[in-house]
Amino acid sequence: MAMAKRKLKPVKIADPLPAPAELEKLYRDMLLIRRFEEKAGQMYGMGLIGGFCHLYIGEEAVVVGIMSAVEEGDSIITSYRDHGHMLASGMDPKGVMAELTGRSGGYSKGKGGSMHMFSLEKHFYGGHGIVGAQVPIGTGLGFAHKYKGDGKIAVVFLGDGAMNQGQVAESFNMAELWKLPVLYVIENNKYGMGTSVARSSSSKDLFTRAEAFNIPASQADGMNVLAVKAAAEDAIRHIRSGKGPYVLELLTYRYRGHSMSDPAKYRSKDELNRMRQEHDPIDQMKTRLMDEEIADEAKLKDWDRGVKDVITEAAEFAQASPEPDPSELYTDVYVEA
Amino acid sequence: MAIQVLMPALSPTMTEGKIAKWLKKEGDPVKSGDVIAEIETDKATMEFEAVDDGKMGRILVPEGTENVAVNAPIAEILGDDEKPGAAPAKAPAQAKQPTPVETPVPKAVAPAAPKAAPAPSEIEWTGATVSLTVREALRDAMAEEMRRDDTVFLMGEEVAEYQGAYKVSQGLLEEFGARRVVDTPISEHAFAGIGIGAAFGGLKPIVEFMTWNFAMQAMDQLINSAAKTRYMSGGQMSCPIVFRGPNGAAARVAAQHSQDYSSWYAHIPGLKVIAPYTAADHKGLLKSAIRDPNPVIFLENELVYGHTFPVPQADDYTVPIGKARIARAGDGVTILAFSRMVQVALDAAAKLEEDGVSTEVIDLRTLRPLDTETIVNSVKKTNRVVTVEEGWAYAGIGSEIAALMMEQAFDYLDAPPSRVTAKDVPLPYAANLERLALPQIDDIVAAAKAALYR
Repeated sequence: MAMAKRKLKPVKIADPLPAPAELEKLYRDMLLIRRFEEKAGQMYGMGLIGGFCHLYIGEEAVVVGIMSAVEEGDSIITSYRDHGHMLASGMDPKGVMAELTGRSGGYSKGKGGSMHMFSLEKHFYGGHGIVGAQVPIGTGLGFAHKYKGDGKIAVVFLGDGAMNQGQVAESFNMAELWKLPVLYVIENNKYGMGTSVARSSSSKDLFTRAEAFNIPASQADGMNVLAVKAAAEDAIRHIRSGKGPYVLELLTYRYRGHSMSDPAKYRSKDELNRMRQEHDPIDQMKTRLMDEEIADEAKLKDWDRGVKDVITEAAEFAQASPEPDPSELYTDVYVEA
Repeated sequence: MAIQVLMPALSPTMTEGKIAKWLKKEGDPVKSGDVIAEIETDKATMEFEAVDDGKMGRILVPEGTENVAVNAPIAEILGDDEKPGAAPAKAPAQAKQPTPVETPVPKAVAPAAPKAAPAPSEIEWTGATVSLTVREALRDAMAEEMRRDDTVFLMGEEVAEYQGAYKVSQGLLEEFGARRVVDTPISEHAFAGIGIGAAFGGLKPIVEFMTWNFAMQAMDQLINSAAKTRYMSGGQMSCPIVFRGPNGAAARVAAQHSQDYSSWYAHIPGLKVIAPYTAADHKGLLKSAIRDPNPVIFLENELVYGHTFPVPQADDYTVPIGKARIARAGDGVTILAFSRMVQVALDAAAKLEEDGVSTEVIDLRTLRPLDTETIVNSVKKTNRVVTVEEGWAYAGIGSEIAALMMEQAFDYLDAPPSRVTAKDVPLPYAANLERLALPQIDDIVAAAKAALYR
């Protein structure tokens, strides 16, 4: 592991802290995802959302920290635990929730569901249901940025489980070979469905695999949004300078099951409670905001109410929006030339 | 006001469940995220978390109760100062399922596949022609489109410095440079995906598979990512990409390098599938495929690469996708073929002619969308149809056409549709066995005669 240690550089959290307005945004963006996912879970329980539904609760700092470091025009792509990524990309919670309920007001007009939403306007390229498939596609988005010479990068989110897919290794190889502007973000939440990293991966520090492809890589605390932001800024500086891809592993934790029907028998309650009580990304940020006297109880309550209103509105929209018209069955299969 | 806690659906298939255990008692403080009960679903025992803060009010369904319907009220959560039963509990939200109204599904005949363009029936080219091999025609098509549009590029194994494993991309690196003619490592799965991502990102990739046999490594990307994303995005995304390369049997390369994938890809809504025969069609259809805003599967054949045909000498010769070509006119029997089998069918037709049988040979050219109109019109005339393909019979292109003829030309048939296909075995290596396994001229002659009861 000597090699790994060398690469694991301690990420310095920006000092001085980001400006108060930026801290507020980080906090509120995380809260928006948390409340959205809680609401989605509740609506699933009421039968309003069907099929597969993978919640991001606990992992909010990852996407919010990364998105705070990207530029307008950078491409974003992820796998199926994707609601948080859509919200952090600036997509409308109403359209996301209405897709979850399978209604015409959803981002995919009700044809995609939880795992398949896109927004060209926000440069969000999905939402992909096959573990690892988003990695070559995202690498191709990076290829297109380089081909066009537009100075933008592709940010590809993947889980610890996807790291064991062959197409991910193939993509790393080509990305470095062709110096593509791609940030690979490994969201290591410790479990691919019910199989822990220890039981699925021969090397447990997943970012060290990048070494084999000559891709610089590092690991950071994915429960701390400021640590994520700092690590992302470092990585993106490298990529934008034209030096090729970067692999950033973020250690995080999912509080809920893999999907809604997962009883989570593969991990201990203590482990979950410890993460929740000691590492919760939102609580950590809340404490920080109060310590720095950026917000007091009243202000936090106020923000909380604001977020709750947005979610309530989204939930109402998602239930009021009509089901897709039957004629929609046959549309959108082809682009009519 | 008290908030009702409803029996949750905790799996995609759960309609009722058992309250195994209450973990909070009436009066206990509750925080959002606290586990308040254990519930047995049809799949497992699940923990059920509160989504509101407050304290437990009345428990409406005691633990141990089975068959509790989803959405039935099971408990109440009270605000901090509330007393149980003080106010009628308010449901957190209307748990109204969209009423499953009988949705009138549009008639099944409405095909998801786009109709063959109301084709300006292809005008017979009367201008000057030039003799080109299929290989040269393919290269010219790519070069012309790359000159015309900077977003078009070629990627694949050995396409650049090696000049193409079958020399199809000869000279392209020299003219367009390494930015637009990209050699890939042997990584079909990922470079197919990279092509798709580049297409999502606004480019028009041509991805060459050294042979379609190797594209099985990339199957997930072709089907799940290229073909389905437009639909799953409600029409937001498009994937303008061409996947091309040699398909079907070459010569003595045995089972793993000889498969015909026509019916595999033709099965998939969201893809267009082209399998031409002549050099003119290879050129005109590849140019159309590159311009098409959809993912196109372009199936070539190694044995045809070296064949020479007259190709229209025009600045911009294109052939519409979705339109078959009558390769030989006749009125006794219709033979449908595509790719290399068109030549075998034409040879069979010449032999049948000697026996006094007038044969119409239709070169299908596009397999999805299929030009059923041209096929049906021919069958109305001949009343007999024989399909020829290098693939296996089971669920093959011929099987699909036979079914279409039942649906659309039943009253015109004087004999059952007949299929000439590869034998139902992996393709053997030995020369004599290989010949036995693949459709030969005499197989087609025999099938045509059987259809004529001769």
